[in-house]
Amino acid sequence: MTEKDGKEGCGDGCPHGVSRRGFMTRVGAGTIGLGVAAAAGTAEATVHEIPPGEPHRVTLTVNGTTHRLLVEPRETLLYVLRERLGMTATKPGCERGECGACTVLIDGAARYACLTLAVEAEGHEVTTLEGLTKGEEPGAVQRAFMDEDALQCGYCTPGQIVAAEGLLRARPDPTLEEIRTGMSGNLCRCGAYVHIFRAVKKASVLRKDAGR
Amino acid sequence: MRSDLDYLVPSSVEEAVALRAASAGAAYLLGGTDLLPQMRAGRKAPGQLIDLKRIPPLREIRETADGGLSIGAAVVMADVEVHPAVLGRFPLLAECIRTVGAWPLRQRATLGGNVCNASPAADAAVALLALDAAFHVVSAEGRRSIPAGSFFRGPGQTALLPGELLTDLVLPGGAAGFRGRYLRLSRRKGMDLATVGVLVGKSSGTAPDRWRIGLAAVAPTPLRVAAAEERLEAKGAAAAEEAAALAVAACRPISDLRGSAEYRRDMVGVLVRRGVVELG
Repeated sequence: MTEKDGKEGCGDGCPHGVSRRGFMTRVGAGTIGLGVAAAAGTAEATVHEIPPGEPHRVTLTVNGTTHRLLVEPRETLLYVLRERLGMTATKPGCERGECGACTVLIDGAARYACLTLAVEAEGHEVTTLEGLTKGEEPGAVQRAFMDEDALQCGYCTPGQIVAAEGLLRARPDPTLEEIRTGMSGNLCRCGAYVHIFRAVKKASVLRKDAGR
Repeated sequence: MRSDLDYLVPSSVEEAVALRAASAGAAYLLGGTDLLPQMRAGRKAPGQLIDLKRIPPLREIRETADGGLSIGAAVVMADVEVHPAVLGRFPLLAECIRTVGAWPLRQRATLGGNVCNASPAADAAVALLALDAAFHVVSAEGRRSIPAGSFFRGPGQTALLPGELLTDLVLPGGAAGFRGRYLRLSRRKGMDLATVGVLVGKSSGTAPDRWRIGLAAVAPTPLRVAAAEERLEAKGAAAAEEAAALAVAACRPISDLRGSAEYRRDMVGVLVRRGVVELG
């Protein structure tokens, strides 16, 4: 177990060294920084300070790792995962509980991170897509999504995979109807549903073969 | 959402009520599936959220002395819809809940929050109306029980007084045994509000059969159509057409992006007739 101060993201203090994702995040941030400097030119850049609410000291368990953070009550779990912990697999979509792009597992059940305040997640097990892989080795559900070509643009895919994982933990061998119900909280604007349902079925077989 | 928002976690009902009484700008938080989007959109701006989810009695489903069921306000819908007593004695409630949002949403959304939000399209509320549920509330002034039939006052409007906390929703034993269908039209099966929702329930435990007709998304509040129920109780399923006409007369739909008032009115008639014929 590692403990990290919430003031630093997963950037420089990341115990995993420079991951591919971390590298890209930092390159991206650098680019934005340059853009601002160039646009500001000679003029003084205006900084809008938002006075924070009283921050709460919370302990979040994400993918088995304990993080001690200071979070504002208004910060959603989605925001804290992405912006404070640098875990960007969980995607912001509608941010009002309608699309499922931000699906995470809370105590093993699929839930929307945009509708959960970070302070509410204290004392619960949070699992994100990052927790379903072993390093760069894809998990069973990811493997099935690749095999069945269950995506087009891929933006909803992290949420789809986590929702599928939640479904398969509750029902290891779901019927097509149970798959359709279990996956009904995740929208795919590319309309890859038929492939997604097939992938979930395949994932149930892969998980069984892997002895889970 | 207010930047100075505070978050409070009481461990008892008494503590929650005291916190609420001490701060006029506070709001009770259950699943937050309605409240948090409303706050993000700026339509509500509470200064404090009083989270009720860690109050043990609010998380329980209990048998009551008369053979009914008390469902704590903080019980999530996903737990209600699979509860053996709900499926066995009050299946109409499970039938309606299964249509709300989608599975991940129902892991979070509570029955208590659903009724307090008082959406005209609240699917679960239709079943609670049809089953003569009573809503138990508590405040610094004391406790009282509000019948479901007088709880909903308009879109987002309820009979709750400022500071009152909904503790549990009680289904009376006498309402056990109703079976039926919730016929619901929406643009998409999951994650969409009802365009029209029609609940048709029947209990054959007595002579004559008892009937229940409930409507969602076709009036400022969820509705129950007593006139249609009485007609069916007097004449049986042969009166399907008359019951449908009475339901159409009772609804007051609006036109919005989900459908026109005319379409909704027509569909109320079609679905009531279809449900009654099906239950025969």
